[in-house]
This record gives sequence, C-alpha cells and structure tokens, in this order.
Amino acid sequence: MFESKSGVLLIGGLGFFLFAFLSNGIVPMLMYKELPEKTAEQLVAENENVMRQFSDLKTRYPESFEQYFGEADEENCVAALRLGRQVYIGEGCWHCHSQFVRPVSNESRRWGMVSETYEYQNELQRPVMFGTRRVGPDLSREGGRRSNDWHAVHFFRPKMVSSDSPMPEYPWLFDGAPDKPNRRGLALITYVQWLGSWLDSYPYYEELDELNLDN
Amino acid sequence: MAAESPTPELENIPDDLVDRRIVIWYFGAALTFMFISMLGGLLMALQLVHWNPLVGMELLSPGRWRMIHTNAIAYGFLANAFLGALHWSIPRLTLHKVASRALSYFIFFAWQAVVLLTAAGIIFGPSLQDSAWVAKMTKETGLAFSLGAQGLEWGETPFWIDPVALLGLALVAFNFMVPIARAKGPLYVTLWYFMAAFVWTFLTYAMGNLMPEYTVAGTSAGAIGGLFIHDLVGLFVTPLGWGLMYYFVPIMLKKPIWSHGLSLVGFWGLAFFYPLNGIHHFLYTPIPMFLQYGAVIATVAVELVVATVVINFVGTLWGDGRSFVTNLPIRWFYTGMVFYFITCFQCALQVTLTFQKLIHFTDWVVGHAHLVMFGVFSMWLFGIMTYLFPRLLSRPWYSRKLCEWHFWLSAVGVFVMFLDLGLAGVFQGYFWASLLPWSDSVNGSQPFWITRIFAGLAMFAGLLVFLFNLWMTCRGAEANEPEFDSPKLDANPAPAAG
Repeated sequence: MFESKSGVLLIGGLGFFLFAFLSNGIVPMLMYKELPEKTAEQLVAENENVMRQFSDLKTRYPESFEQYFGEADEENCVAALRLGRQVYIGEGCWHCHSQFVRPVSNESRRWGMVSETYEYQNELQRPVMFGTRRVGPDLSREGGRRSNDWHAVHFFRPKMVSSDSPMPEYPWLFDGAPDKPNRRGLALITYVQWLGSWLDSYPYYEELDELNLDN
Repeated sequence: MAAESPTPELENIPDDLVDRRIVIWYFGAALTFMFISMLGGLLMALQLVHWNPLVGMELLSPGRWRMIHTNAIAYGFLANAFLGALHWSIPRLTLHKVASRALSYFIFFAWQAVVLLTAAGIIFGPSLQDSAWVAKMTKETGLAFSLGAQGLEWGETPFWIDPVALLGLALVAFNFMVPIARAKGPLYVTLWYFMAAFVWTFLTYAMGNLMPEYTVAGTSAGAIGGLFIHDLVGLFVTPLGWGLMYYFVPIMLKKPIWSHGLSLVGFWGLAFFYPLNGIHHFLYTPIPMFLQYGAVIATVAVELVVATVVINFVGTLWGDGRSFVTNLPIRWFYTGMVFYFITCFQCALQVTLTFQKLIHFTDWVVGHAHLVMFGVFSMWLFGIMTYLFPRLLSRPWYSRKLCEWHFWLSAVGVFVMFLDLGLAGVFQGYFWASLLPWSDSVNGSQPFWITRIFAGLAMFAGLLVFLFNLWMTCRGAEANEPEFDSPKLDANPAPAAG
C-alpha cells in the first residue's frame, strides 16, 4: 500500500490533501457561515464615514472629481471602493502593509482594537488582505486618521509628508500634480479612508506624547 | 524492498529515451526567468534604501516588480527547471518515454505563455484597470475583477490565466504519469514524490487561485490562502525537489539510499503533516484558535519528519564525505540540505506563538523564504544543471573554476542574506513592540537593507558567472568526457533503492 501507485496517488495525493482541506479550509467556512458577507453597496450604506470622505474628495478636487466620477453619490462611492481595492492589490500595497491588528506586541495600543472576523466579512476582503509583511504600518485603522489631502500628497510623493519613508511614488495616479488625482487615485484614497472607518475611535499613534503608558 | 533485476527490460530501451533538447530548453527558460526575478528583487531592494534610480515610472514600479520577483522564481525558474529535470529523470527511471513528445513541446510553450502573461498582467493590468471597457464589462457581468494581480501571495496570477495554467498542470501530470503507469516492478522513492506532486500541485493551484477569489471572503479566505501559500512550497516544490535528490544523489555517489525505511517515513510523514501546516502563516488572526494550534503542532511534526530525511541522506553520504569537497553537484545538494535543515529547524521555532509575537510581518520571514527558495531548491536545481549540462551538450564545462565561483557566490550570498534579514526581523519586531514612531523601525532597518543588497548582488553575480560559463560551454568544442565524476553519459540508472 505504502509503495504502490494507487496508495501514493489515492491516500497520499488525494486523501491527505482532502483531509487537510476539510479540516483547515472548510471548518472555518462552516463556523462563519452565520456571518453574512456584505456587498460594497451595504458597506457604503451602513457607514456614513465613507460617504463623507468621498464627498470631501469632491470638495477638494472638484475638477478631477467631476471628470472621473461626476456625482458624489453612493453608486459612485461603491465603484470607487471596488476600483480602489483593485489598485491596492495591483500596485502591491498589500506586500508592505498589513490589514490586521494582532492581540500581541502592543499592536492594539498603536492601532486600536484587535481585528475581528466580522470586519473582514465583505466582498472587499476577497481575497482577504491580511498581508504578509509590514514595511509600512498596518492599515486596518487608517480610515479618517489623516485627511484626503495628506493621502493625495503621500501617494504622489511620500517623502513630502513622511521624509524617511521608503515607499515608492505613484505619480500615475494623478494628472501631473498631487491636487489632480485621476480615477485610480481618487478610488485608492476612498479605499484607504474606508479601512477601519466602521469603528468609533482608535488611538492616533503618531502623537506618542499623548499616550500615557503608565496608566 | 527487493529490487528485481531490470535486465530483461534494459534490452528494449529506446535510443531516444530522453529528449535532451527539451531539457535544455527548460533549463534555458528557467535561467532566463531567474535573471528577470533577480532584477525585480534588486529593484525592490534599492527602493527600500532610497536608491531606486527609476522613481516614478509606472511600468517599473517596485510594487509590481516585487510580484514579478516572487512569481518568476516560483513559476518561471522553479517550475521550468523542475520540468526539465523531470524530462530527464522520469524516462530514465521508468525506462519509458513520456506520453507524447509533441505534447512536451506544447506544454513547454504553453507554460512560457502562462509565465509571460502573468508578468504582463501584473505589469500592465493595474494601468488598464480604470479603462472604460473594463467598467463596462464589470457592469455587464456583475464581477468586479482585476486585470492585474490577484491578492494572494504566489497566487497573483491574474484570474484570466488561471484556466490555462490549470490545463497546463493537468497535461504535465498526464505526460509524466503515462511512463510511470507503464513502469513495472517496485516503484522507486523518487516516483512516489513525483506522483503525489502531480496531484498536489494541481489541487493546490486550483484551491488557491479560485476559492479566495470566487467562493469565500474574509477570515475563511485567509485560511484557504494560508493553505495555498504553504502547500505551494510543501506540496509542489518540496516533493519535486526531494524526488530529484532521491534520484540524483545515489547516482552520483554510486550507491543506494542508506535506509529504505526512513525513505518511507519521510515521504508519508510529509504527505500527512505538510498539508496541515497552512494556517501557521496567519497566527493571531481571527482564524479559530484551535486551528492555529493544530497548524503549529503539525509544523513541528514536519520538522521531525524532515530530520529523518536529512539523517537518511547523511547516512547515504557517510563514508563518501570526500565527494562533498570534490564533487561539485554533490556539494550543491548537501549544502542545500544543510540549509534545508536550518530553515526547517528555524520553522519549528518561529511557528510557535511565542516567536510569532516578535517576528511576524518582519524581514525575518523574508530571510526564511530566501533560504528556502534559493538556498535549498534553487541550489539543488543549480546542482542538477551543473551535473546535467555536460551530458546534455556532450561537452565539458568551459571552466570548472567558474562553476566554483557560481557555487560560492550563491551559497555565501544567500546565507549572508538569511542572517542579515533574520537579524533585521528581530530588530523590527522590538521596534514595533516598543511603540516608538514607525519611522524609527524603517530607519533602523537601513543597515540591514543595505547589507541585503550586497548579498543579493553576490547571488546575482553567481548567476551571471553561470550564464557566462554556460554560454562559453555552448560555443566550445565537442568533447566526450564530461566533468564531475561520471564517465558514462548514457549509462542507465541502476535501481538505486536500498
């Protein structure tokens, strides 16, 4: 059995693979089946912070916004979130930024509440953006932390707002200047402002002076 | 195992058992993609230390080229080099030709198309993502698809290539399973690994590229993603790599593997425990804790299995230690095995929750990955190429000295990179936990990232030396006596099972 063709193929090849797939892959799926996966439409409808940021983009960059999205309505916001996620993946953001706050290493003090399953149960986490490496900080709680202007300048040339940053520049998300984001640029800013915006509050970790670690 | 004498069959061996041309083609493609991959790695490394000379160029974005770096190694170098080595070893082990020579060439071109289109998708896809026709298709189909990468490490292959890649993998399995099915008598260890790998690779690829994109989201997708990343190493690269070791090491040392029992333990231990490891990539995530514990335990079990395999190979070398010095391919293999043992030992430690606190998301993991993929499997394949090219081209290496340079630059380079990044990871972990401003961790990493560039350049130089040597060898005059201790080019392998 252990040296025969059928044994190797059926037990080793198929059997053990399926055993692992069922126990490690299907079990979590069954455990979370009561937690419905939200669509991007639901995410926008439930969370007013996203729409506020999206409208703010229209206020700040009226010409660009008019050209690439037109109205700041929910439908366009949904399209922006979906495109933003695709830009986030396509440009490889997720290779240097994670989206999950661990319950260890003081991470909840830096970024806020430890990540929970319900936060990932939506179509924008398909595949899930846990990430593999942090060169830059975790982004699970990035939404609302900084202004749209900051993000626009940061994507255009990171060193302008974060002098030590080794992050690449993304001028192709703009029409030549940081105040002229194109469709992909606007979408990526919307996506980043969505991350974690469903939570009420989380620490603002850059200002460590205000963190009282003794209490 | 009582190996039956293959003598009756030896009389019917066709002269063209091995198609050398396709082996050469595969190795050539593999080395080309290794070159491209290293360029991508270099670009990303330069970016991290603020030395990127190509800032702001969309198609040369380090973020996109980092994906080229990993994909070109997995699917460009490793897959091609493995396919070349399989085209050599399977016909010689089974004494039967592959199912169809025409199919071999079709697969060759299909696979290069898969790799090149993946690269094209990763490079050009994101630029076209906001085109009007994409928006129109999205609206009509109701699918929000990405033209470029999919968001899963090593599963970045754009969705529109996945079916072709799966078809290619199925054809590969068919092409090689036919000679294996025709082989009579007991099945040698190598073929267990190969057969299982054909099944596993197909299933793993299908699972990882289709499920997190189409069927599940969130935490469950994370579990599947973890299985995929790990299975790609454990169930595609590892069994093919070890299968080739079980084939080439006994041939070169001219004696059987030390213990057949340990070979059995190694194979079945890997087959059972390796697929259960995946979730250890996502410890402390919302994935259920009991599954995380399970993955940790299974991982430690794999290290025990690995120890039996390494013991088996050390036992095989025992008494022939001198060949570690004199026989260059053997030195590639056993150096790779030492690195393998180091990575696996490291894995048993780093997979624990205690270690994960510190080193998860840091460069420690990057160093680990480089030691596995380059220090072990790429080095084994370089060893196989060093051994096979003289036999494929029927002439000796242009320069033995350059072969030595290739070995030393690669081995020292990757080991320095491993130590450097491992140390960087520890620093980064403590920087983060200390709640210092984030930029401190970035600035504190600079010395390590600069060292890493030079380690990478050494590996790159090793490859260039090898390519030059190969080029000069191809141009050189014919000779009958290949180097590296094996006078008979076409000697059929003796049954090597012990």
